[in-house]
Amino acid sequence: MSDLLLLGVTGLGLGALYFLAASGLSLIYGLMGVLNFAHGAFMMAGSYAGWLTMTGLPGSLSVGARLAVAVVVALVVGALIGVVVEVVLIRPLYRHHIQQVLVTVGLSLAAVAAAQGIWGADAHPIEKPTWMSGTTQIAAARLPNDRFLFLVVALAVFLGLMALLHFTRLGLIIRAGVENRTMVEALGINVHRTFTIVFAMGGAAAALAGILYSQYAGSVSPAQGGSLLIFAFIVVVIGGMGSLVGTAVASVVVGLVQQLANYYAASGVGDLSVVMLLALVLLLRPASMKGAHA
Amino acid sequence: MSDTVTDTATPSPVLRIEDLHVRYGGSHILQGVSFDVPGRGVTALLGRNGVGKTTTLKAIIGLAPRAGRIIVDGEEIQGRGTTRIVRDGIAYVPEDREVFGGLTVDENLRLVDPDRGVDAPIVAELFPDLVQRRSQRAGTLSGGQQQMVSLARVLLRDNRLLLIDEPTKGLAPKLVTEVAEVLAEVARVTPILLVEQNLPLVRRIADTVVVLDAGKVVHRGRAADLIADVELTRELLGVSMRREGAA
Repeated sequence: MSDLLLLGVTGLGLGALYFLAASGLSLIYGLMGVLNFAHGAFMMAGSYAGWLTMTGLPGSLSVGARLAVAVVVALVVGALIGVVVEVVLIRPLYRHHIQQVLVTVGLSLAAVAAAQGIWGADAHPIEKPTWMSGTTQIAAARLPNDRFLFLVVALAVFLGLMALLHFTRLGLIIRAGVENRTMVEALGINVHRTFTIVFAMGGAAAALAGILYSQYAGSVSPAQGGSLLIFAFIVVVIGGMGSLVGTAVASVVVGLVQQLANYYAASGVGDLSVVMLLALVLLLRPASMKGAHA
Repeated sequence: MSDTVTDTATPSPVLRIEDLHVRYGGSHILQGVSFDVPGRGVTALLGRNGVGKTTTLKAIIGLAPRAGRIIVDGEEIQGRGTTRIVRDGIAYVPEDREVFGGLTVDENLRLVDPDRGVDAPIVAELFPDLVQRRSQRAGTLSGGQQQMVSLARVLLRDNRLLLIDEPTKGLAPKLVTEVAEVLAEVARVTPILLVEQNLPLVRRIADTVVVLDAGKVVHRGRAADLIADVELTRELLGVSMRREGAA
């Protein structure tokens, strides 16, 4: 029973990271039809911005305080990169999907190469607050504290995004745009401004995922964003591209399946199980690839 | 085939189209279309299927790549984007309604009028049924109700011209009558360029007609004159009023 509880919480924690990585990806695809392969670069930027901030701040500050500042810096960096990428690279290529894929893949490769050139290809350890390294005993299970933090952050982001989508004008335009952005434009609404805001939100969420994933892994490395991006794509496809609720549900399922398979089958089977789950969903529900409502 | 018959010129048309061309890939859809839309009443844009009627509306609103001059109240708008054109008072009701099915009726209207939505007086006046259905998802409405949402959505703005594409397509006769009444009421205030296949409706509400064939204007004149001329109607549109029911 304690094993199951531990696996459940660690799986949910992993799912929380996947949700943070995938939510921006899902909104960007749903509204703009852009498959953003540079999303991994956004995550990497967030983790490096966090690492640089934490190492640059005075050591007299507690690790927790430096991490809090690093999260804010990562959010700002992610949002700014999102805006620049949307305005400079994506906007001239709307409705040119092949070129979008080429540009975002190119940007992703270039960003990783740049990070390797500047900071090296090796992983750099990142400090972790003492509380996050510890565990909390519930029943007979010792549950890692950092997973609780990931869950709380992901839940806050999910509720925040849902509130934004359902109780604000921006959210109304996003939901309408996910259905039919040409018609939004034909009603006299500047959908391009909404695109930029969504890219900024996606960049910030990705950067948040990046810095939290570096806490999960205990280090930052140029390849981290890419590996997280693969799972983010799987989550978005399973959840229905453009559906935030679907993305949240799929994140939880993927995180749990991965943890349970790794434990009960063999280490490494978790990744295989997730890919098989993706294949199963596409076979049974091919409409997943076509998108859904936000 | 008659060429320009009678140009019902008005001193200042709300819309003037000059030498409008639209090309999609290798297809030359509109081949130098020119006509005026008077500053009042309904102008019907007619023609057989595939002659470029919908493309003409899309070109005016900026949803189709176009060349040529589009002049609204003396201002050239062909260089402007769709959002700007709509904000400048040209409203567009597309074929097939294109309501946002996942949004409620009220949310569909609040996209255009964030403060009032379904509470705007014009909604209660022209579309009282929508007030009752304010919280219903637009995707669950009937075709006629969706058409009302589509029309109400654009009427929440002060418009200089309405472009309306086949508003009665697929509707039951009773609903066609209701739509016709709404359009006639709206046209008293705002001129309409109407794409329509339903000739009895055209006879009932249109003042002037422009007929397209193969991407070119082949006839302009009074709606009543065209529809009264059975041979010309058959020649231009392939149908005659004798075979059409009443609107």
